[in-house]
Amino acid sequence: MTAFFRLLARNRLALAGGIVLSLVVLLALVTPLLPLADPDVTDTSNRFRPALSDGALLGTDHLGRDLLSRLLWGTRLSLAVGIAAALIAATIGAAIGIIAGFYGGRIDNVIMRGVDMLMAFPYILLALAIVAALGPGLLNALIAVAAVNVPFFARNIRGITVGIANTEFVQAARLAGLSNPRIILSEILPNVVPVIVIAMSTTIGWMILETAGLSFLGLGSQPPQADLGSMLGEARSALITHPHTSVVPGLMILVIVMAINLLGDGVRDALDPRLKSGALSRPMATTRVDRQSIPDHGEKSGDSLLNVRALETQFHVRGRVYRAVGGVDLHVEPGECLGIIGESGSGKSVTALSIMGLVASPPGVITGGAAYLDGEDLIGAPYRRLRDMRGRRVAYIFQDPLSTLHPLYRVGDQLIEAIRAHRPISRTEGRVRAIELLDAVRIPNPEQRISDYPHEMSGGMRQRVGIAMALANDPDIIIADEPTTALDVTVQAQVLSILDDLRRSRGLAIVFITHDFGVVAQLCDRVAVMYAGRIVEEGPMRAILSAPRHPYTARLMACVPELGGGKRRLEAIPGLPPVVDALPEGCAFADRCDRTRPDCRAGDIPLAPLAAQSVRCLHPVGTEQEHAS
Amino acid sequence: MTTALRITDLSKTFPVGRSLFGRPKASVKAVHPLSLTVAQGETLGIVGESGCGKSTLARMLVGLLEPTTGRIEIEGAALDTADPAVFGRRIQYVFQDPISSLNPRKTIRQIMDAPLRHLHHMPARDREARILEIFDSVNLRAEFLSRYPHEFSGGQAQRIGIARALAAEARILILDEPVSALDVSVQAQVLNLLADLRAQFGLTYLFISHDLAVVEAVSDRIAVLYFGAVVEIGPAEEVFSAPKHPYTELLAQSAPQVGRPLAAPEAKGTELPDPLKPPPGCAFANRCTRASARCRTETPRLTPLGTASQAACFHPLNV
Amino acid sequence: MTGYILKRLLSAIPVLLGISVIVFLIMALIPGDPATAILGSYATPENVEKLNRDLGLDKSLVQQYFIWLGNMLTGDFGTSFALNRPVLDEVLERFNATLVLAGVAFLVCAVLGVAAGVVSAANQYGLADKAITFAVLLGISIPSFFLGMMMILFFAVNLRWFPVSGMWPIYGDRTLGVLLSHLAMPATALAVVATGVIARLSRSAMLEVLRQDFIRTARAKGVHERGVIWRHALKAAMVAIIPVLGIQAGFVLSGAVYIEMVFQWPGVGRMLVDAILKRDLLLVQGGVVFVAACYVLFNIAVDVAQSLLDPRIKT
Repeated sequence: MTAFFRLLARNRLALAGGIVLSLVVLLALVTPLLPLADPDVTDTSNRFRPALSDGALLGTDHLGRDLLSRLLWGTRLSLAVGIAAALIAATIGAAIGIIAGFYGGRIDNVIMRGVDMLMAFPYILLALAIVAALGPGLLNALIAVAAVNVPFFARNIRGITVGIANTEFVQAARLAGLSNPRIILSEILPNVVPVIVIAMSTTIGWMILETAGLSFLGLGSQPPQADLGSMLGEARSALITHPHTSVVPGLMILVIVMAINLLGDGVRDALDPRLKSGALSRPMATTRVDRQSIPDHGEKSGDSLLNVRALETQFHVRGRVYRAVGGVDLHVEPGECLGIIGESGSGKSVTALSIMGLVASPPGVITGGAAYLDGEDLIGAPYRRLRDMRGRRVAYIFQDPLSTLHPLYRVGDQLIEAIRAHRPISRTEGRVRAIELLDAVRIPNPEQRISDYPHEMSGGMRQRVGIAMALANDPDIIIADEPTTALDVTVQAQVLSILDDLRRSRGLAIVFITHDFGVVAQLCDRVAVMYAGRIVEEGPMRAILSAPRHPYTARLMACVPELGGGKRRLEAIPGLPPVVDALPEGCAFADRCDRTRPDCRAGDIPLAPLAAQSVRCLHPVGTEQEHAS
Repeated sequence: MTTALRITDLSKTFPVGRSLFGRPKASVKAVHPLSLTVAQGETLGIVGESGCGKSTLARMLVGLLEPTTGRIEIEGAALDTADPAVFGRRIQYVFQDPISSLNPRKTIRQIMDAPLRHLHHMPARDREARILEIFDSVNLRAEFLSRYPHEFSGGQAQRIGIARALAAEARILILDEPVSALDVSVQAQVLNLLADLRAQFGLTYLFISHDLAVVEAVSDRIAVLYFGAVVEIGPAEEVFSAPKHPYTELLAQSAPQVGRPLAAPEAKGTELPDPLKPPPGCAFANRCTRASARCRTETPRLTPLGTASQAACFHPLNV
Repeated sequence: MTGYILKRLLSAIPVLLGISVIVFLIMALIPGDPATAILGSYATPENVEKLNRDLGLDKSLVQQYFIWLGNMLTGDFGTSFALNRPVLDEVLERFNATLVLAGVAFLVCAVLGVAAGVVSAANQYGLADKAITFAVLLGISIPSFFLGMMMILFFAVNLRWFPVSGMWPIYGDRTLGVLLSHLAMPATALAVVATGVIARLSRSAMLEVLRQDFIRTARAKGVHERGVIWRHALKAAMVAIIPVLGIQAGFVLSGAVYIEMVFQWPGVGRMLVDAILKRDLLLVQGGVVFVAACYVLFNIAVDVAQSLLDPRIKT
C-alpha cells in the first residue's frame, strides 16, 4: 500500500491531479460552513452582474443568484452524484462479472448475453429510456448513469476473472480444499480489486460528465437545485449575451474531470504490474549505444567473419543497472557453427541480439564493445546501415515460432517481404523464390502452404518458415536463438537436421544459442559457455566435452541426465546464479563452486588459454597437480 | 506390493464448438480409455509430446477435470466425485509453473495454511508447527513464510509448491512437468529433493514430463503416451534402451545426446494426426516405417511383451 | 464470407428482440396513466377508458408487447400525440440529420484518433507523444456541450466563421457547401471526446504490439521502420482497435444528443429529449428501438471488418 502511494507520488502529473482534486473536494466539503449567499435566492434586479462585482465574486446568473455560491453547491452535488454512480456501477458490475467469469458455462452465457443486450444500445438511449420511465430528477439521472455503466464493468471484470479462474493458483486452492465462495473471496477478489480500482479511477470522470450531461438536457437536477450540468444548461440561453455564466460552471467541470483523469492514470500506472517494471515502453528500431571507447579488432581474430570484442550490454530499469552482458569476446569463422550455452539469465540471448542492435531499448543499452562483421563495426552503425545488413548479411531465427511470425500475414507474404526488404523484385518473382525457400526447408506442398497463416501450421512447420525467412537473402551468418526449445523432441530432431544440412550445403556460419548440452554437442564445432553475463569457457566442442576445464562447465554437464543411464541420483549445483544487478567481485561462480580459494573473490579473472580451450578460472579442473607442487 | 493407484478405462472427450443450447458439433478424444496401476512407493513416469493427453490425464487424476468414462481407485477405495477437496486428501498435484501456481497476493504462510485448515481442519495453534516441520523437510527457511511469491526464484517456488502438496498429507503426488520451467542446475536439486521425500514419507509419484532423460532418471516404470493412448509401458531401464513400440524408438533416437551424431530419424515433416479426424487403426501408422495394412484398419491393444513390458503394436521391436 | 455475414445477421435477431423487450419493459414501468398524460387531467373517465382501449392498454402486458412488436414489424410505430404524426416518419427524418452529423464525426475521430495514437506510440516520450497525450487528456476531460458552447461563442459570434446553429439556413439554397459550414462546428465538438479515447487506446495497443516478438522478427529481417510501424504494428494493433471503434460509434451517437441540443441540430437526439420532456412515450419508444437497431447492424459491420482483418476468427 505504501509502495502504491510512493509510486503514485512519483508521477508528477498524477500528483498535480491529486492536489487539485483534493482542493476541490475539500472546498465542496466545507461549502456549508462558508459565508456564502443562499444559492437559490433569486434577486432579479441584480441579474447578470459581471464577475468581481461587489458581494458577488463571480457575478450573478439570469435570476440574480450568486454564481460563486451556486458553483460550490453545484460542485458538491456533481461530485457526490458522480462518485456515487461510479461506486454503484463498479460494485454491481464487478459482482456480475466475477460470478459470470468464475462459474463460466451456462451461467456465464446467460449473464453475458444480457450484458451484450444492454451494450447493444448506444448508452444514452438506455439512460434516456430510464429517465423517461422514472421521470426527470437528479436521483433518477444517477440511477440511469450507474445502470448504463454496469455492463461495461461487468464485461471488463469478467474478462479478468476468467483469466484468474484458470490460473494454477486457483486450481491449487481447489486442491487445498477451498470452497467456491471462499476461492472467490480469497483468491479471485484480491487479484481483481486492482482492476476494479483502475476501471473506477478511469471512469469516474466520465460518470461526472454523464450526469452533468443529463442535467444539462434538463433531465437531471431540477430547479432551483442545481448541479454543474444544469447550471450550464440554464446559462445556455444567455450564452451570447452573458458568456461568463456559462464559462464558470463549464470550466469547473473541465478542471474536476481533468484532475480525476490525471489521478486515474496515475493510479492505473501505479497498480499495473507491467508498468511498474517499466515494461510497457516501446523498443526502438535499434538498441541505444552509449560506449566510452571502441575496442580494436584484436590480434587473434582480426580477420574473422564476425568478431565481437568486449561487448557489454546493460538493462537500466528504475535506477537499477542489470549487467546482462559483461564483456564478451567471440569470433565466428565462415561456415562454422558456434554454440553459446548457458542457463536463463546468463546473457546468451542478449549477446546475440546486441550484434544487430535488436535488444529492446529501453531498457537495454550497449555500454561497450564492438562487433566487427568483415571488419565493419556494427555497434553504433547508423540505423540505415544496420537495417541494410539485417537479414541480408546476418539473419536471425528466434525461439517461439508462433509469436515470432506476424499472425495476420500469410507466411508467403512474410517471406516475400523479407526478400523485398533488400532486393527490388516483383511479387511473382518473390512468390517463386518463396516457394523455393519453403522447399529448401522441406515443407511439403510449398505451393499450397505459402498461402497459410502461421496459426494454420504446426510448431515444427512454423519454425521451418522461420528458417526459410532467415535464408531469404543468403546471409553469411544465421544467429539462432534457442530455435528448437519450444518444439517436441521428434520435431526438434527434424529441425536440427535441416539446419545442419543447410549450413553444410550453403557454407553458412551459425551461432546457435541454447541451454541444452545435447543439442550443441550434436550440431556445433565450437562452444562458448556463459555464466552471469560472461564467457567462462570457450573452445572446440570435442575438447570441452572430453575435458571441461571450468568447474561450472564440468558441473553443468554432470547435471544433465543422459538417456540410457537408468534410475539414479543426479548431480546438482547448490545455490543459485547471482543476480546481474549485484555481481560479486571476482568469479561469479565462486559461491557455488567447491574449488573456491580466497583469490577467486578478488579482482577480475581473465579468459586464459588452457590446452585447446580458454578458461576464466584461477583453479581449473584437471590442474590439481600443478597447484599442489 | 500394494496398489496405491488404479485407474480403469479412464477417458476424456472434449466437445468442440458448442453453442448456447445446441449440441456440440464435434468432439475430440483427448484421452482414450486408459488403465494403469501404480504400486505403493513406486514412481511411474509418463512421457509424451505436446497433445498426447498427459496433462488431461493428470488433471483428471486430481479431480480438476471430470473424466468422461472410467474410475479412479486410491488404495482400494474408489473416488467417484469430481470434487478436488475430496481428492486433495488422497492425491495431490505439483504444477509445472512454480510461480504462477502461487497466488501473488498471499504470503507463503497463508498459502501453506490453506490445505491444513480446509482439508484437515487443524486448529490454528498446531498449524504453524506443522508448516515449520514441512518447510524443514523441503530445505526451506522459516523466514520465507512471511514473504510473497514474487520474491522467490523458480527453484525455491517449486519447493514451496511441493511443500504445499505435502501439507495435504496425500500419499500420492502427481508431478506435472515439475522441473521443465527450471534451469538444469536447479532442476537436479528439485529432482533429488523429490527422491528424498519419496523415501522419507513413502510417497507414490506419477511423474509427467516431455524430457525422456529426466523421466528415465527418476522413474521405476515408464508409460509412453501418443495421441491420447498408452503405446508402451515397461521398466524404466528397458523402455528407451530396448524400445518395443516404434514411436518409443523414434523418441529415444530423437533425444539430443552428447556423443551421438545428429540424425534425423524422420526425413519428412510428419506430424500428429488431426484430433478432429482421427485415422482408423494405429494413430502412429502414418509415421511408422513398420506399418502394414493391418495397422491402418485395426487399433492395436496393449499386449504383454517380455517379462514386464507391454506395447500396443502389431509389429513390435526388440522381442 | 457471405455465410459469416448471414450467420451474424441471424444472431442479431435475438439481440433485437432483447432490445425491444428491454425498451418495452422500461416504458411499461412508467407510473401513471398514459391516457391521462395525453388527454390532460381534465379528461372525463369515459374518454380515458376509450383511449386506453384504443391504445390496447386494457390487455395483458405480454399481449401488449406482441401487438406492439407486430405493429413495428409492419412499419407501424404508432403516432406521436405531441406532433400528431406517424412516429416512423418523424424518426426517419430526424435520424437522417443525426446520421450526417454522427457519421462525419465518427469518420473524423476514427482516422484522427488512430493516426494520433500511432504517431504517439512511435515517438513514445518524445515531443509529439507529449503534445498528443496532453491534447487527448484535454479532449476526454471537456464536456462536449461546453466545448460546443465555447465554439459558438468564439468561431460563430466573435469570428463569424460559421453559422451559430442549425443544419440549414432558413432561407437560401441547400448546397453541400452550406451544409458543411453548418456541420463544421458540431461535428468537431462531437468528435473531440471520441478522438481522445481512440487515440489513447490506439497508443496503448500500439505499444503493446511493438513489444511483441514478431516486431523484432520484422526488424531482424531488415524491414524499414516505417513498414514496421505502419504495416506490421498497426495491422496487429487494429485487432484491438476495431472493437473500440464499434463502442466509440455508440458514444458518438450518444454524444450527438448534447451536440444537437447545443447547435439546434434537427436530429433524433433532440427529438428524444423533447419527447421525454413532453412525455410523448410512443415517440421515445419508437426512436430508441429504431436507433438501437441501427447500432446493432453497425456492430455487425464492425464484426465483419474484424473477421476480414484477422484470419484467426472462424468465419
